[in-house]
Amino acid sequence: MTLELIGISVLWLFLFGYIIVGSIDFGAGFFNAYSHLTNKHHILTNIIQRYLSPVWEVTNVFLVFFFVGMVGFFPTSAFYYGTALLVPASLGLILLSIRGSYYAFETYGSRGHKGYSFMYGAAGLLIPASLSIVLTISEGGFISMVDGKPVLDYWGLFVSPLTWSIVVLSLAAVLYISAVFLTWYASKAGDEQATNLMRKYALIWAAPLIITATGIIVELRAHAPWHFDNILDLWWMFAISGVLFIGTVWLIWQRRNYGLAVVLLILQFAFAFYGYGISHFPYILHPYLSVEESFTNEAMAISLIVAFILGLCLLLPSLYLLFKLFLFNKDYVRGKEDKNHA
Amino acid sequence: MLGDSVQFSRILTELTLSFHIIYATIGVGVPLFIMIAHWVGIRKNDEHYILMARRWARGYVVSVAVGVVTGTIIGMQLSLLWPGFMEVAGHVIALPLFMETFAFFFEAIFLGIYIYTWDRFSRKKHLLLLIPVAIGGAMSAVFITVVNAFMNSPQGFEIIDGRLANINPIIAMFTPAMPTKISHVVVTAFMTVAFMLASIAAFRLLRGSNHVYHKKALFMTMKLGLVFSIATALIGDFSGKYLAEYQPEKLAAAEWHFETEEGAPLRLYGILQDGEVKYDIKIPFGLSILAYSNPNAEVIGLDQFEKDEVPPLYIHYFFDTMVTIGMLLLGVSALYYVAKRWRWKIANARWFLWLIVFSGPLAFVAIEAGWWMTEVGRQPWILRGLMTTAEAATSSEYVGLMIILFSILYFILGVGSVVVLNRIFRRNPVEKELAKYESQKGGDPA
Repeated sequence: MTLELIGISVLWLFLFGYIIVGSIDFGAGFFNAYSHLTNKHHILTNIIQRYLSPVWEVTNVFLVFFFVGMVGFFPTSAFYYGTALLVPASLGLILLSIRGSYYAFETYGSRGHKGYSFMYGAAGLLIPASLSIVLTISEGGFISMVDGKPVLDYWGLFVSPLTWSIVVLSLAAVLYISAVFLTWYASKAGDEQATNLMRKYALIWAAPLIITATGIIVELRAHAPWHFDNILDLWWMFAISGVLFIGTVWLIWQRRNYGLAVVLLILQFAFAFYGYGISHFPYILHPYLSVEESFTNEAMAISLIVAFILGLCLLLPSLYLLFKLFLFNKDYVRGKEDKNHA
Repeated sequence: MLGDSVQFSRILTELTLSFHIIYATIGVGVPLFIMIAHWVGIRKNDEHYILMARRWARGYVVSVAVGVVTGTIIGMQLSLLWPGFMEVAGHVIALPLFMETFAFFFEAIFLGIYIYTWDRFSRKKHLLLLIPVAIGGAMSAVFITVVNAFMNSPQGFEIIDGRLANINPIIAMFTPAMPTKISHVVVTAFMTVAFMLASIAAFRLLRGSNHVYHKKALFMTMKLGLVFSIATALIGDFSGKYLAEYQPEKLAAAEWHFETEEGAPLRLYGILQDGEVKYDIKIPFGLSILAYSNPNAEVIGLDQFEKDEVPPLYIHYFFDTMVTIGMLLLGVSALYYVAKRWRWKIANARWFLWLIVFSGPLAFVAIEAGWWMTEVGRQPWILRGLMTTAEAATSSEYVGLMIILFSILYFILGVGSVVVLNRIFRRNPVEKELAKYESQKGGDPA
């Protein structure tokens, strides 16, 4: 395996981590706000708050890892995407800030302020929408070079059906992932009402997810034939992903083994996401940036990889401790030790 | 919203950094103080210090949340506003940027655990959880400052035919600017937080709460404030010597030292009118001593540099502000310590307590002035001697619009964090909380 392959694989892993953890977070915020609207607030709030409060900062770090890693491993991408993405990325940042401040302001200040909850829920849907635009841009056709500087075609992006399909897919994925996860979490907490409600949401969002995902592959045929051909070569990865999807839905439908359903869900997205990533190879930004050409120098690559391995040795035990204390601790999940925070 | 994207990029970066540095300083400094209070509480078996740790930690979480948010913003804005710089930086100085994320991740995980596990562990074990928080916070500052040091004295690569070559990421990290910069940033963060916490305690004492809790907090933080002020003064002196050696144009601009000379005097204060300095205080041989510890040493003046490579001369005001406040805080904390020691009445005088109240905000002004001095003082360069700010900036036309959006965001975050902090502590005053713990224990906490 070459250095650039290691680099892009690691970054892709972080982006995948962000998509899973972030989706749970964003979706939970949306369901929280939605339950305010439908007066089901009492059912969900406890479950959602207890899971999210200790881990929200961790979510954000996945994203930071990804873009800092991109600058490190593929510095040229900082130049292209940095110039082109000023507006969409800035909007994403502002939305992230609204969410980030929510926990601090809400959890420690005034609990349950409705307006902030709505803003927070809405921000949770707008962030994946604004960030997913990067995936659309990477397919090529929206950036042109003027005087040696990349310029983004905002209007072309806005009217492209591909943009909107990817936006819808990101929303469906966010809601589906978080509904499946929260079904499991609520059932583990022994909260039957919340489990049933989240189970219903999971089943509702399964259909739009699979329809838009298939739709995007079809649209790529017209927009980016090179990518479509690569996807066809990797058909088996997407097939496995589809089978795993059916497995998750079946388990949820049958009210059986929600833990396994979450595992299948993560594998389903892993196969689809890696299938997408591998078929996108070798381009980071079609046709300007390829993985190989934009790669950093060898000395930096090696030192980044070494730093990464050392960092992981530090982080994995810490993450294990965090999850052991909050996610997998029965008493905490059930709320018996709710009064422990400072 | 069309305009000069270079100028707008500078304004937006300055805005973000000026806002972020407030929360970042708190983020680096406060864990140490929580740790000390927690430790003293265990050592002396004194519930007041434990409560101090608990209350500071609670306030800390709010400021960390804003710090995380603004830190993420500046991290991404570097690529959005300075794509040309980040392309080079990615090749040469990405390693500390990458490691900073790890340090921060580490801190975030353990902070989450510490905050949510009061009474779930023994006090001693719980204290251990703070060590990674404090280390993570300090290391974040170290790694980011390494990048800033690189911008001031870039090394660890060569440029051959316009292309980067022979890159050594480790040498790029250990630049001449690094030791003084890192120690200055970390120690001033501790110093600023000491005065911030002292000013809160003094304010409570002035506002009628005569509780011994606030007296203990005031004494402890002022004592630490004195220690860190002395350290800051020493390191500040080293920073001046670094500048004289490696960035003489920044030192000369900050000191309004126009002509190269031996036995150079130090100019304090004053104003610049039509190229002439007025109303300043001159200390003979001062600058030579500051720069080289030798009254007769030759100090390079602005006459040695091309006109378009001289930093803006208004950084002199920032420099004066920073140094004056630093000296003032050193004086206040020293006087407080001596007065306490010899039981002088002045230590409890209202006017003196008010002086301490102002010390916190003043320390933050000094932090801002210091960053403005060093950042503006590097102009016109983003990478000293190699790449100008103008070459690095984005070509996007929408930076002006983004300034407006981010200004609104920072306003909301700033007001929000103050309101929330105020509410947390107003709703739950020390007296009430102490009474609660005593009734839980059913006995005397001491």
